[in-house]
Amino acid sequence: MAEIRYLAPRTLDEAVGAFAAAQGAARILAGGTDLLVQMRNGLAKPGLIVDIKKIAEMTEIAELPDGGFRIGAAVSGAMLAEHPRFGQVWPGVLEAVNLIGSKQVQGRASPGGNLCNASPAGDSVPAMIAAGAVVTVQGPEGRRQMPVEAVPAGPGRTNLRPGEIVVGFTLPPRPAGSGDAYLRMIPRTEMDIAVVGLGVSLTLAGGTVTHARVGLGAVAPTVLLVEEAGNALLGSRLEEAALDAAAAACRAACRPINDKRGTIAYRTKVAGVLLKRAVAIAAQRAQGGN
Amino acid sequence: MSKMHVTTTINGEPTEFLCDPDRSLLDVLRNTLGLTGTKEGCGTGDCGACSVTVDGRLVCACLMLAVEAGGCEIGTIEGMAQGGELHPLQQKFLEMAALQCGICTPGVLVAAKALLEKNPDPTETEVRFGLAGNLCRCTGYDKIVRAVLDTAAEMREAVQ
Repeated sequence: MAEIRYLAPRTLDEAVGAFAAAQGAARILAGGTDLLVQMRNGLAKPGLIVDIKKIAEMTEIAELPDGGFRIGAAVSGAMLAEHPRFGQVWPGVLEAVNLIGSKQVQGRASPGGNLCNASPAGDSVPAMIAAGAVVTVQGPEGRRQMPVEAVPAGPGRTNLRPGEIVVGFTLPPRPAGSGDAYLRMIPRTEMDIAVVGLGVSLTLAGGTVTHARVGLGAVAPTVLLVEEAGNALLGSRLEEAALDAAAAACRAACRPINDKRGTIAYRTKVAGVLLKRAVAIAAQRAQGGN
Repeated sequence: MSKMHVTTTINGEPTEFLCDPDRSLLDVLRNTLGLTGTKEGCGTGDCGACSVTVDGRLVCACLMLAVEAGGCEIGTIEGMAQGGELHPLQQKFLEMAALQCGICTPGVLVAAKALLEKNPDPTETEVRFGLAGNLCRCTGYDKIVRAVLDTAAEMREAVQ
């Protein structure tokens, strides 16, 4: 077996330095729920594992003075669920993160890992896109920010540059009258991979939509921001015509594969159905219901 | 491969071991430390037979490197009975025959204990969701779910 090294640096600079120096032979370890399976299957053979969980910033959840949230890349689903405020402000993001695997997987799996694993069916990603979350990455050339939807490049591939590490997510301040929701279509109720996943974030003022974003997963090589669907809802009072237009925009954005989980026709149809259902939940939350 | 020295706490006992950096916690628990109550089912985080707690949170020991256990509090099935006295869940699983072959049982018990610590009064649906990461190929789950619900009721009464 090839030599393998493990590092758990305490600072981001150390982590970036070691990760970049390994020139592609290193893998970042957050929760490990994807990486350890890949190593076991022989799909990943890292020469160096850089565990980022000893870096304080990576495991912190902070409510910012402006009302936004900052979530470290290696925060686990269980930690996010235990936070007293996060689920009240972003119930849709929380339910998406908490749909990743079992309680056992929740104890480790992180939104940062879910994003960087770059599965088209990653559950947290559509909800993060709908939320308008921005990712902070750090690499040998410093820090930069990118919208969540700019990170995935294709199945298992990201647009991170060599040596760059995702540090965390920043979710924007939440105006009054806002709500979000994430729905996933799977053949069973737990422990499965999305056939379609859809996240919606809405802000309503006096019943009129003043902000709407839709993230759509498992129907294209990457999770998608469907701007046309958000635009179709914007300015509407969620009348049937607006919902139909938004659902049509979701169907139009689909470029799915046929596989054992769902056919192209089925995934495309379900994308429109989930849009309407998720909007109904997000709107109810925006108006103070749960 | 150079071995790493890990200092951790397992079931309240300070523990040290040496291991290669790519070994799973499950592998070290079973094959280095002889704690064979934690079972290996799938090895990919799907079956829950290797459920343990790490700093109070439920995890699959197969999805964690042993070196990550440094400085953590690990809880395994071996730590569930206290001073020779079975945990109420263990006692109830025996009484209600909530097991057949037994390979999933340690993981189910560890997961059920974690569930009841968070939620002492779960509904049947909450128990089923809470244990969705623990596969049992024998019982059809019904006896397991009923045993967990009965234990929860008894433990609530004992507190009052």
